[in-house]
Amino acid sequence: MSNFTAFGNDLYTGARSFDFVGRRRTWYIIAAVAVIIAIGLTALRGGFVFGIEFRGGSEFRVSQVAEASEDTAATTETASAAVGEVVAGSNPRVSVVGGDSVRVQTEQLTPEETNDVAEQLAEAFDVEPAQISTSFIGATWGGDITRQAIVALVVFLVLASLVMALYFRTWKMAVAAMVALVHDLVITAGIYGIFGFEITPAAVIGFLTILGYSLYDTVVVFDKVRENTGEDGLESRRTFAQSVNLAVNQTLVRSINTSIVATLPVASILLIGALLLGAGTLFDIALALFVGTIVGTYSSIFLAAPLYVHLRENEPEVKKQGGREKRVVPESGAVR
Amino acid sequence: MARSTPERKALRSLAWLLVIIVALIGGNAASVLWDEGSWTPRLALDLEGGTQLTLTPQLSSGQSVSQEQLDQAVGIIRQRVDAAGVSESEINTQGGQNIVVSIPGTPDEATLERIRSSAKLEFRAVLTADLASSSTIGEEGAEVDPSASPSPSAPSDEPSAAPSPSASPTDASDPNWITPDVQEAFDEFDCATVSDSGANVAPEDEPLITCEADSSLKYILGPVEVTGARISDATSGLIQSATGVSTNEWGVFLEFDGEGTAQFREVTERLVSLQGVRNQFAIVLDGQVISAPRTISAITDGQPQISGNFTQESAATLADQLKFGALPIGFELQSQDQISATLGVSQLQSGIIAGLIGLVLVVLYSLLQYRALGGVVIASLIIAGIVTYLLITYLSNQQGYRLSLAGVAGLIIAVGVIADSFIVYFERVRDELRDGRSVTGAVEAGWRRAFRTIVISDVINVIAAVVLFVLAIGNVRGFAFTLGLTTVVDLLVVALFTHPMMQLLGRTSFFSGGHRLSGLDPKALGAVYRGRAQFRPSAAVTASKRASSSREAQRRQTIAERKAAEQSGEGKDAR
Repeated sequence: MSNFTAFGNDLYTGARSFDFVGRRRTWYIIAAVAVIIAIGLTALRGGFVFGIEFRGGSEFRVSQVAEASEDTAATTETASAAVGEVVAGSNPRVSVVGGDSVRVQTEQLTPEETNDVAEQLAEAFDVEPAQISTSFIGATWGGDITRQAIVALVVFLVLASLVMALYFRTWKMAVAAMVALVHDLVITAGIYGIFGFEITPAAVIGFLTILGYSLYDTVVVFDKVRENTGEDGLESRRTFAQSVNLAVNQTLVRSINTSIVATLPVASILLIGALLLGAGTLFDIALALFVGTIVGTYSSIFLAAPLYVHLRENEPEVKKQGGREKRVVPESGAVR
Repeated sequence: MARSTPERKALRSLAWLLVIIVALIGGNAASVLWDEGSWTPRLALDLEGGTQLTLTPQLSSGQSVSQEQLDQAVGIIRQRVDAAGVSESEINTQGGQNIVVSIPGTPDEATLERIRSSAKLEFRAVLTADLASSSTIGEEGAEVDPSASPSPSAPSDEPSAAPSPSASPTDASDPNWITPDVQEAFDEFDCATVSDSGANVAPEDEPLITCEADSSLKYILGPVEVTGARISDATSGLIQSATGVSTNEWGVFLEFDGEGTAQFREVTERLVSLQGVRNQFAIVLDGQVISAPRTISAITDGQPQISGNFTQESAATLADQLKFGALPIGFELQSQDQISATLGVSQLQSGIIAGLIGLVLVVLYSLLQYRALGGVVIASLIIAGIVTYLLITYLSNQQGYRLSLAGVAGLIIAVGVIADSFIVYFERVRDELRDGRSVTGAVEAGWRRAFRTIVISDVINVIAAVVLFVLAIGNVRGFAFTLGLTTVVDLLVVALFTHPMMQLLGRTSFFSGGHRLSGLDPKALGAVYRGRAQFRPSAAVTASKRASSSREAQRRQTIAERKAAEQSGEGKDAR
């Protein structure tokens, strides 16, 4: 690990430097391609798969079914038959989740039908009726959640932009951060679209959290940028772009450490969610976050910072900065 | 020996943290002792098992629901749930329009019906009535006290009683309410669609077309004359006949307040002189007529009884509903979740397992990265964990907060966010060390810079949490809550624990001497000089790496490096 520390040292002093800002054209193209792929493949696959909360319907969950995963076909058969007892001609979606639970989704049932189906399922799988969870979701419920989520999203974006613009004293950082944020959201949603993961309210929570995380990460990088460029002033021998690039390099170790530390708990939820619980609240949140944290860290470095330089580069004051020949540094002292 | 300022400050911060923790423990102890609180946070339904109903207001287009109406509705529903004998229920509003009712266990259908029916009661004069279908109807069994004489009031088809309207109606019984449009709508009205017809959201000052609750009759009713809000008390019991003998029929006994009594007297006085169906008034519950008794004499004491096809239970339910008041708006069931306790427990267990695994991984990684400083990370995480746990328990005792699965997810994810502030801090301290400061100096300087970053990034996080909590509905709230809470805890811990610990540890020879395992080894960090005037070679770099980076390094030398290069002679590489 001392190599990693040395790596950090080199990045800090500039002995080693990745040209994040200079090669921005490449990063822009990569981002654009990623976004196009995310949207295109999602469209090709036929759009998003929405969870039952968005379609409306009834869901049953039978937990602790022995041998549920051993013979999936038989399980499906049993469950369908049980539902058919109550609602003739129903075509339930049956899936085995997390090894020992069976999830049955049907169209919207009346409360009486729901009780009957639950009883039939308990009988069919030979479990206590208490082991069956039922949900009934009106078709507008998911829509309500989405509408509220979008309202929350807009309010948050406006507030966060304001705070950032005030704190950094420039709206351009806010704009760069927002572009990176939209990039993160589109790509994460794209992963859902491309692989056909169900979009559930929990996944929506995940998306909303990415907002916070993506901005959080960008803010940390930008704070270092602000510090470096603020200190440079007109006397600096670095150009504005170089200053920003140094800042990004100097926070690179932090960014790597942070994303690893943030991803570890999320990955463990994802793993546990997939192994023990199957699709459910934990898994859905974690999946969105897992993708989001990684993409968020990437975009702070490769997208937000270069974009910020791009936005400011043509300002007359910024243009003047740097480009001066190396000056004799007066007296002793370190940079800071 | 006088203590230096940072050390005193550090001790003071730690003392404050101790005060906060002790206060939280004290607060919890107090509620455990006196308020039946508990040392563990209460769990939401998805972890404990139970039933959760989401009710959405039924609004006619253009109508909106006010917070006041919602609060009123929540209060009424709470009384109804309590009256149904369900304990530990929880009723909240969400997202400015929904009402969420959480009940432990599995309630029966009757309880659910009791909760969600709006019980909007209206008294309207009958203008005309007709058979709903060709089937014969039994006698109208309703009657109104004090005249207990049975009043078979088979609807007489008398459109003749409704002359073609020419003038605007003068009172609520005026047939002029029946305009050709209303008549046409009435003729086409199908009782099978009554629940979708919006009868329960109909405006109060206009005539209403609706049906008997059993769909046997359909009516045109005048505007509302008395509303359920005027009822001051309602009881149920067996109806007594005029002679004081108890009949076998269940009824609901109403008592109006002063204004209601006056209004009701006025109505009955007017109706008593009218003929045919116009002599009847309809008692409309949630848009449907539960009975339409004849008016035999004016009721002046404001204490009518309602009879209908009640059973003991339905009479009691209606009386309760009327007593606690009608909901200001109708509600429909939006979602209903019944979570078995088994599933809840297994979800909680999985959540805890996932959290522990995540925590262990984070701890391992920080030890690897920051060596002994990793110990500070672990200690800080433990402190953050204790404070969060106490806060959640306290809020669950005091404010009825319940920890949901989404909340648990928020907590697990918070591990990453909290650990990140330590990373930001340590990296800054290391940066300062690289610039050649002493450990104690680096801790102070690094802290000043890092704290700004931590504050602004946490502010962004808190904004996200607050916005989500206020605006979003469903699970999102539980998640936003823990996320916001832990962000605040993060600020608290990093300022009152991590930094003071660093200040104190910075004084030990292990850290200030930059021990190889301290994580603050200036040599490993490539500090350019150390102490005041003593230069050291910077970090050991392999020859190949040096070769590859020397060109770049020359271009990107920091001022300090340049100076070092100048002093160590021309032509010599600074690296």
